[in-house]
Amino acid sequence: MSAKSEPIPSEEISAHPQAATIRKVLVVVALIALLIAPQFLYPIFLMKLLCFALFASAFNLLLGYTGLLSFGHAAFFGGAAYFTAHAVKVWGWPPEMGILLGVVGAAALGLVIGAIAIRRQGIYFAMITLALAQMFYFFCLQAKFTHGEDGIQSVPRGELFGLINLQPTMNMYYFVAAVFVIGLLIIWRFVNSPFGMILKSIRENEQRAISLGYSVARYKLGAFVMSAALAGLAGGMKALVFQFATLTDVSWQMSGEVILMTLLGGIGTLAGPIFGAGLVVTLQNYLATSDFPVTIITGIVFMVCVLLFRRGLIGEFFASKLGRKLGFRSES
Amino acid sequence: MIFGVPLQALMGQLLVGLINGSFYALLSLGLAVIFGLLRVINFAHGAQYMLGAFIALLLLTVGGINYWFALILSPLIVGLLAAVVERTMLSRLYKLDHLYGLLFTFGLALAIEGTFRYFFGASGKPYAPPAQLTGAVNLGFMFLPIYRGWVVIASLIVCIGTWLMIEKTKLGAYLRAATENPTLVQSFGVNVPLLLTLTYALGAALAAFAGVLAAPVYQVSPLMGSNLIIVVFAVVVVGGMGSILGAIVTGYMLGVVEGLTKVFYPEASNIVIFVIMAIVLVLRPAGLFGKDA
Repeated sequence: MSAKSEPIPSEEISAHPQAATIRKVLVVVALIALLIAPQFLYPIFLMKLLCFALFASAFNLLLGYTGLLSFGHAAFFGGAAYFTAHAVKVWGWPPEMGILLGVVGAAALGLVIGAIAIRRQGIYFAMITLALAQMFYFFCLQAKFTHGEDGIQSVPRGELFGLINLQPTMNMYYFVAAVFVIGLLIIWRFVNSPFGMILKSIRENEQRAISLGYSVARYKLGAFVMSAALAGLAGGMKALVFQFATLTDVSWQMSGEVILMTLLGGIGTLAGPIFGAGLVVTLQNYLATSDFPVTIITGIVFMVCVLLFRRGLIGEFFASKLGRKLGFRSES
Repeated sequence: MIFGVPLQALMGQLLVGLINGSFYALLSLGLAVIFGLLRVINFAHGAQYMLGAFIALLLLTVGGINYWFALILSPLIVGLLAAVVERTMLSRLYKLDHLYGLLFTFGLALAIEGTFRYFFGASGKPYAPPAQLTGAVNLGFMFLPIYRGWVVIASLIVCIGTWLMIEKTKLGAYLRAATENPTLVQSFGVNVPLLLTLTYALGAALAAFAGVLAAPVYQVSPLMGSNLIIVVFAVVVVGGMGSILGAIVTGYMLGVVEGLTKVFYPEASNIVIFVIMAIVLVLRPAGLFGKDA
């Protein structure tokens, strides 16, 4: 989205000879951190962070790699939370099947909303996704199975594959961490596949992609459904972690939050949304105890990000001398 | 009785629909005017509407200034604030992807609404209609509260006035020309940046005017604008943003449709506008009055 407006400084910087190794080491360090983090930090907080990090990464798949700004991703996140919670609590499904239903439900929702929204571009696309997600919000407000304002409460976590009891916090944590890593791997693979390359070409020049014979609408819809499904994965997990599903997760504020996470971290980078989610969730946790409303801070951070550093924290780092020396590249 | 519905209930909901439609029309008009020239979707429009209502309330409770002065003062104040925001911040984003304007005004809306919630709480506050407009008249088939009649008339006057200003005056001609080709208009010696600032201020002032009008009908609360703005977005998508008149007509029309839905199928009244939007997008992606595909 920022590709045209802000070219990365083009003067040649030769990559550090060990750049590839250093990048690998960073990934390994991150994985180790993921394993030992619950020894130092509150596990529920970490799980919340991982759910939102995956949600933001799924959103970034659409904004960063396809150039589509969806203002309605809460519908997939919160919708999946409802589906999973209902399946696990009312139908007594095991957790893995519950999450699968959340993913499939979110993908189906994504197929419908996406098919309507891709009929317009740019700003209209954002407004249409927002309006359709709001429609889904009203549906959730009135539908029987969501229990309206109360939400679905005391959802059991159940036993994973009938083997692992997810009720103990640490079991749940390692399950969430595993799903998070798998989710990121899927995104990474998707972005670097031929399909992902075509998406980038659509983002860069839609007319040219059309003239090259690509069915642009189908690729966009594919990316939209993929992004919705992964957002659903995050939402279904969140329902199990917190053992409830409420209207908050389908509200437009949630759609705004995920945009902020991605923007703050860095659009079009794999690590950006994760850092952005970490910052926003930490900030919310910190402010939750005071009566100062989070929205003021959120709003101001939004404005500052848009005005001053549109590449986001990770994007700025990638564009810096050190970042380029290490061979990092932002995709937008 | 019409279709098994008492005439009174039907007329009552039609009136409610017409009043909602008045606000949809005023707000989507402002959005269309701003979008036409600035290519910015003003997400802060709902917050500016709320600001208009709140300033009217504060003028009354703190300054003892009555409704009629507030109806003029409040849009002026909000317009001035909007001009400052445009000059200092929004104007830096014109060269970028239009989505940044949307994101910036979204942040602005969050910040304004959060601030008002912090200082005034989330609950609504009543604002009494002016003494001249209290009471109701008997139309034979129903009682019409005078203030509600006034809302419809006032919004019609302002909508038509704005449309005439854009279509018939010299300033409006500059505005339309700058919408078509800003560079050319600038080279003719028209101060286009000033025109942009004025346009944003005008759009925000329209929202504030709607806010003051709404204050006695709905309660004045920090969140009164945020849900409304999403409906107005849908209205704008249905109308197609190309045409000022289209925005006005669609606003009233969808308000009435929403009111009728409340009579015949109340469960769907929240979503009927979104459903119409989806149908219009499938059949005519450019919107009812839109020119661009």
